[in-house]
Amino acid sequence: MLKPLALLFSLTVGTAAFAGDLRTPLADPMQSGMWTYHQKELLGDPERIGFDARVIVSAPDNAEDTVNVPLLVDATQLDDVEEILIFADYGPIPHILTYYPGSAEPKIALRFKIDQATAIRASVRTSDGAWHVGSTYVDAAGGGCTAASHAYASDDWEQKLGNIHGKVWADSGRARLIVDHPMDTGLADGIPVFIIQSLDISDVEGAQLARLELHEPVNEDPAFTLYFPPASTPDALRISGRDNNGNVIDGLITVAGYNG
Amino acid sequence: MITRRHALCLIGSGAASLPGLSHAQARLTYELTPKPVAQGVWMIEGSTDYFTMENGGAIVNCVLLQGDSGLIVVDTGPSLRFGEALHRLARTLDIRGVSEVVNTHHHPDHFFGNQVFAGQPIRALGETIGLAQAEGDGFADNMYRLLGDWMRGTEVTPPRNVIEGGDTTIDGRALTILPLSGHTGADMAILDQSTGILIAGDLVFFNRAPTTPSADLAQWQSSLGTLAALRPAAVLPGHGPLDPSGDAIRQTSAYLDWLADTLTRSAENGLDMIEVMQSPLPKRFAAMGAQPQEFQRSVSHLFPDVELSVLPRGN
Repeated sequence: MLKPLALLFSLTVGTAAFAGDLRTPLADPMQSGMWTYHQKELLGDPERIGFDARVIVSAPDNAEDTVNVPLLVDATQLDDVEEILIFADYGPIPHILTYYPGSAEPKIALRFKIDQATAIRASVRTSDGAWHVGSTYVDAAGGGCTAASHAYASDDWEQKLGNIHGKVWADSGRARLIVDHPMDTGLADGIPVFIIQSLDISDVEGAQLARLELHEPVNEDPAFTLYFPPASTPDALRISGRDNNGNVIDGLITVAGYNG
Repeated sequence: MITRRHALCLIGSGAASLPGLSHAQARLTYELTPKPVAQGVWMIEGSTDYFTMENGGAIVNCVLLQGDSGLIVVDTGPSLRFGEALHRLARTLDIRGVSEVVNTHHHPDHFFGNQVFAGQPIRALGETIGLAQAEGDGFADNMYRLLGDWMRGTEVTPPRNVIEGGDTTIDGRALTILPLSGHTGADMAILDQSTGILIAGDLVFFNRAPTTPSADLAQWQSSLGTLAALRPAAVLPGHGPLDPSGDAIRQTSAYLDWLADTLTRSAENGLDMIEVMQSPLPKRFAAMGAQPQEFQRSVSHLFPDVELSVLPRGN
C-alpha cells in the first residue's frame, strides 16, 4: 500500500504533466496551466514540437455566442502539412477537430462551442513528423458545451438531419459547407452524445481530397470553409460521412451553374 | 474590448497606486449630469463606447420628464449603483424625486437600475416584461463578467406594469406610446406631446454603432419608417447625442441597410465569419462609437442565418 505522500504524488502525476516529464518542454506563450498536459495526452509527447508563428489562429477576443465561436486556422506558410489538430486548453472535452487537408490548402474555418475563457490551439504536423503550434485566446461567459442543442427543443430536427448546404467558388479557391446536425455533446443532462464523427471530401470520381474528424465541441450544424489552390479547385466536391448513430451523410456541393 | 485579464490588470494597477492599502479599493461611483433638453425634459447622456471597467456600463441615455408629482424616469441604466446615482440626481431637480419609471426595452443597460425604484410603478410593453423575465438572469451573468464591482448588489428587477400603445397620460404628462420592434422583440418609442421630443430607445442610435443581439433588421427598418413619419422636434436616441436634425434616424437606417447588404454579399462570396469580421468598415461607419466591436458582434448574431438563406442545398 502506498504511503499518503506517495499516493498524493502519484495522483498529481496522473492528472497533470510536469514540464520536466516531457521529451521537449516548451515555454507556452499563453501561460496556460493545461498546455503541458495536452502536449503529452493529445499530441502524444512528440520529440519535435514548437510554437510557430507561421500557424495563424484567428478568433474574436470575446465569444459573443458561446455555441458558435468562429475560428480560422491558417498554416499555409508551412509546406507538406499532413494534419491539423485543434483543441481548447480548458474545455470539458478539449479536442475540437482534426483536419487532414490532403490536396486542399492547410487552412480551415470552423465554429465551435466554448465552455469558459481558454487558449485555443492549432497543432500542425508536417510530413517530417514535426509539430508546429499556433495559439489564440478567447474570453467567454461560458456554458457553451453544457447547453442543450437548439435541435433538442425543436420538433423538425429529424427532417433536417444530414442536410447539406454549400457551394464551391473556383476563382477564390474555397468551398463552404454546412451540415445540419445537433452535435449533442453528452454533457447536457439526459441528452446522450450525438455527433458527426467524420466527413470525407472527395472529387466526383471518388478520389479523396481531404478529411475532417469531428469531436463534440464542433458547433451544432457544423460549418466549414475549406481552401484550395484556385487553379486546381474542383468544380464539385462530394461530402460523405457518418454520425455515431450510423446515420449516413452524403451530398454534393458545386460551383454556380455546375451541370456535372 | 475589455477582457477579464485586462480587468485584473486594472484592479492590480489600482491597488498598486494605494501604497499600504493593497486590499482597499475606492468605491466606484457614477458622475451623472442632467442636460436640459426642453421644458421639463432632461437627458443623462451615456458614453458611446462598449461596456468597460472604466465607464461602468454608463453607455446609455436616460431621460427625466417632469410629471405632476415628481419625475418620470425613462430607462434606469446598467446597475444598482447607476440607479442610485440617478435617484440622487432626480432629487436635485425635484425634491419629491421619482414618481414613475418606464423601460423602453429589455436590454440590461436600460433596466438594471430598476431595483432602486421598486416602490414606484415600472412600466413597459407586455412583451418587454416577458423578455426581461426570461433573459434577465443571463444578461446579469454577462454584465457581472464585463463590469465586475460596478455591478455589486444588482438584482434583476423586471418591469411590472403593462403600458399599452397610443395616447396616454403618465403622472399628468401627455405622451404617445409607440409599440414597435426590430431592435428587440418589443421596443417602445415615446413622443412627448408638449415638446415634440421623440424618446426613441434603441430603435435609434446616433454616432454610435447599433447593436443587434436580438435584432430583426427588416422589422427594425419598418419601425424607423414609422418614427421618421412622426417628424419629431428632436430625436433623443438610446445611445449618442440629441439630434434636432433627423440625421440620427437616417444614419441608423443607412447602417442597418449596409449591414444587411454586407452580410449577404459576404455569404454569397463564401466568406467565413472571421473573414467578414476582419473586413474594413466604410469610413462613415468606422467613426461611430464602439466600432469595430459592434460590427463584429453583429456578424456573430446575424451571419449564420444569412448564410443559410444564401447557400444552395447540396443533397
